[in-house]
Amino acid sequence: MPIVKPAPAEQFDDMGQQRRAVLMGMWVFLVTELLLFGGGFAMFAMYRVQHPQVFAEAAGHLSLPLATANTVLLLTSGLTMALAEQAVEAGSRRLTLVFYLATMALGLGFLGVKGYEWYQEWQAQLMPLPGLVFAWPGNESQQAELFFNLYFILTGLHALHMVIGLGLLGVMVVLVQRWRDPHRLTRQTQVSGLYWAFVDVIWLFLFTTLYLLGP
Amino acid sequence: MTAEVHKHYLSGGWSLHSWLLTTDHKRICWLYLVSITGFFFLGGIAALLIRLELMTPPGDFLTAEGYNETFSLHGIVMVWFFLIPSIPATLGNFLMPMMVGARDLAFPRLNLLSWYIYTLGGIFTIVMVIGGGVDTGWTFYTPYSSLFSSSAVIAAVAGVFIVGFSSILTGINFIVTTHTMRAPGMHWLRLPLFVWANYATSLILVLATPVLSVTLLLIAAERLLGIGIFDPSLGGDPLLFQHLFWFYSHPAVYIMILPAMGVVSELITCFSKNRIFGYKGMVLAIMAISLFGFVVWGHHMFTSGQSLYAGILFSFFSFLVAVPSAVKTLNWTATLYRGRITFTAPMIYGLSFLGLFAIGGLTGIFLAALALDVHLHDTYFITAHFHYIMVGGAVTAYLGGLHFWWPKMTGRLYSELWSKIAALALFIGFNLTFFPQFLLGYSGMPRRYHEYPEAFQLLHVMSSLGSVVLAIGYLLPLVYFTWSLFRGAPAGANPWQAEGLEWRTASPPPKHNFVSIPRVTEGPYAYR
Repeated sequence: MPIVKPAPAEQFDDMGQQRRAVLMGMWVFLVTELLLFGGGFAMFAMYRVQHPQVFAEAAGHLSLPLATANTVLLLTSGLTMALAEQAVEAGSRRLTLVFYLATMALGLGFLGVKGYEWYQEWQAQLMPLPGLVFAWPGNESQQAELFFNLYFILTGLHALHMVIGLGLLGVMVVLVQRWRDPHRLTRQTQVSGLYWAFVDVIWLFLFTTLYLLGP
Repeated sequence: MTAEVHKHYLSGGWSLHSWLLTTDHKRICWLYLVSITGFFFLGGIAALLIRLELMTPPGDFLTAEGYNETFSLHGIVMVWFFLIPSIPATLGNFLMPMMVGARDLAFPRLNLLSWYIYTLGGIFTIVMVIGGGVDTGWTFYTPYSSLFSSSAVIAAVAGVFIVGFSSILTGINFIVTTHTMRAPGMHWLRLPLFVWANYATSLILVLATPVLSVTLLLIAAERLLGIGIFDPSLGGDPLLFQHLFWFYSHPAVYIMILPAMGVVSELITCFSKNRIFGYKGMVLAIMAISLFGFVVWGHHMFTSGQSLYAGILFSFFSFLVAVPSAVKTLNWTATLYRGRITFTAPMIYGLSFLGLFAIGGLTGIFLAALALDVHLHDTYFITAHFHYIMVGGAVTAYLGGLHFWWPKMTGRLYSELWSKIAALALFIGFNLTFFPQFLLGYSGMPRRYHEYPEAFQLLHVMSSLGSVVLAIGYLLPLVYFTWSLFRGAPAGANPWQAEGLEWRTASPPPKHNFVSIPRVTEGPYAYR
């Protein structure tokens, strides 16, 4: 099989420059994402300091077992994602596909568990949406509502990023099936891997701030 | 060679397709110029309506509500859709790749996407603001915006949120281009100050815009879903909104002024034919301004009831920003010293910038003082101060840059006489409009009122008349630039005998900017 040398896009001198530019672009983009969540975390931190007791109490109403299971799922998906990157470099199309599909399955599992958790909270009347009853068993019901507002916004925003990540993985699976140009794929694997790792890291922070800082 | 000359970037055709699907940074610059000019004149019409209302003490031309809607339109359009993208998206887009010696930006398709997001988002927002009568001012302060205003706040906020992505994409593109696309020999300390300024601006765009995005998202959620984050009845804090808002919007001021400073550095050096005085100091000052810009947001909130100790710190840092700003102003002045100065139109804009920016900057120091700010807060003094920076500074530099690089962008010259008249009209009209506002504010005229006591009428009339002169200063370039586009004399590659990579290629430049990628052997501004 003749080896076709991949050509860079017209604005670049060579593949190395293109690779550096694309990876750096992704890193800078992730910085903006970090600050997007950063604003949310800053708000949460401030309100937690203002209403320490009721926030701790409200955190106790979240399901720690489900969130722990989700953490395990997501961290494992981080592993399979990293392995997919190795598989691309090793040039194994089959293994790459397996690891991508495994990552997708784990990601979907995470969303399933998250959805179940939201369903439970809805059942427990802790979902502060218009048309729903918000029934808080303790004192300071309104401040508890503030906690759940932030909880749903932050986990919702994270879930949205998971969906985007799954879409990205879907694209990768299609690209692997074509498998024309492993060189090109390295760059795309790295970029999607970075994104997935970022979503992973954000969850770790959500897990610690929302669930573990309880009573 | 002759075949090469004819293949410049505009000769690729004039079909709609060749413009709307282009990924050439030079053509995208033109797309931006068209959108931005449209937004600018819309915001300008709103400004003239405001000045018309303020000709007489009673509210006889606009109702109080109509006045609120008009100044909201003016602020929203001018800040979000004109000032923030103005220099980076137009001149920056055209010049960043050329100045670092690259064929294009790192991500040309993202660049085009960013224009689409900007233009469609902008038009959507403006339709919503006018149709929905948004009356919150450009700051969307809670709880008014979230709980009380009955206008189309959700749509307006969503529009500004969407346009934020365009800023982020431009920012990423400039940062990556500066890092990875420099020509051989173009070290960091050989970059023109225009590149440094846009680089620093991009850092701010990338770091600050997402925080604004999440904040606007929460206002929309609060109105749409009733999810109260800033709602006091839930224990939420409206002041938190102000903190998050100004965490973006104060650095945004530097998004507007830093690129202007970059432009002025090019103008002053070229038309005094001198090297820039203290290049490294200028670079440091640019980076220092962008850094300090992140720790001064609280000076917008001295009277809001934030902690006094926070106020003292914010006041201290605000004074500190004055140091690099003064370094820049003094270095420009020193650059003029013993220069061979020619008073071309771009230079008149550049010198106007120096004067107006100095006044705007010095009055900023008044406002950074905790005690004095209590007296001046929310008066016309503030209005005058930030117009001196944003209009006197940013818009003057934008026009100066446009006059400077116009021959490069189009390959044609414009009327020397008319451009000088326009530049002078801007300087005179601007001062006539906004200097009286300092006096008004100091004697107690609050901003955002459509009526006022008769004692203030003289100054208000002066200001309104000045705005007409100013409008002439803005309309004239539209006329002679359009004329130049079709009838202007050929400019040649370097009509100003300027230094810089962009002047070493043809005007208009070929599609990939250079026939062969240049090698850089010396620093910028190598004037003798």
